[in-house]
Amino acid sequence: MTPKGVTLNTNSHKIKFARRFIRTLLRMRKNAPSSSSIEEIRKRSQRIKIAAYSSMAHAVGSRRAWSRAILFKLRNRARHHGMMRRRSMKKRVIKNDPPGDQSQTNKLRQLVPGGKAMDMCSLLEETAHYMRCLSTQVKVMQTIADHFSK
Amino acid sequence: MSSRRSRSMQSGASRNITDDQITDLVSKLQQLIPEIRNRRSDKASASKVLQETCNYIRSLHREVDDLSDRLSNLLATTDSDSAQAAIIRSLLM
Repeated sequence: MTPKGVTLNTNSHKIKFARRFIRTLLRMRKNAPSSSSIEEIRKRSQRIKIAAYSSMAHAVGSRRAWSRAILFKLRNRARHHGMMRRRSMKKRVIKNDPPGDQSQTNKLRQLVPGGKAMDMCSLLEETAHYMRCLSTQVKVMQTIADHFSK
Repeated sequence: MSSRRSRSMQSGASRNITDDQITDLVSKLQQLIPEIRNRRSDKASASKVLQETCNYIRSLHREVDDLSDRLSNLLATTDSDSAQAAIIRSLLM
């Protein structure tokens, strides 16, 4: 099983993520009123969080199952606007979970986007890539926050 | 049942999941988690690696939440122009 050259791509993911995320932030600031209530700040924080995950998923694109899962979820949310979601046809997936590790594996499946429908091997691969991109996302957000607070 | 198995074998040997492959991937995960890497222990059990992975991902999610709160507060207070955006871009490129 050859790795897909993840280390080479991480930097381009970082740049794509940063561009998209910063563009969204600046757009939010332009539309924001000068005096914000606590409620508005909380709502905006939620939107920033979604923007962060969405920007990262777009930066990775459809190359990875976890990013596809996030993009799919975002598109469905935009399409249905909180109305009843249609029941998706679930393919039967052979999961091959190692015996005795059930609870840990299930917890991991809940944490990684799209993890519920992956077999064990894919789950571990996707987890590794997801972890790397998440830590990149956190570092970029920290840099931006530090810069804005100067 | 046998047809399903033969189909998975035809689609590529990579889909045949062996214990070695899982151990391999688990050790790869181990390298990514800072806590286990710093402790410098070669062999951590698979369930320990999975547990630490879950903890690490949860802590990253929490950091994203905190940073989103912080950024939301900062957006409300800063009012300089978009020259800052250019600065940030130059920092990150």
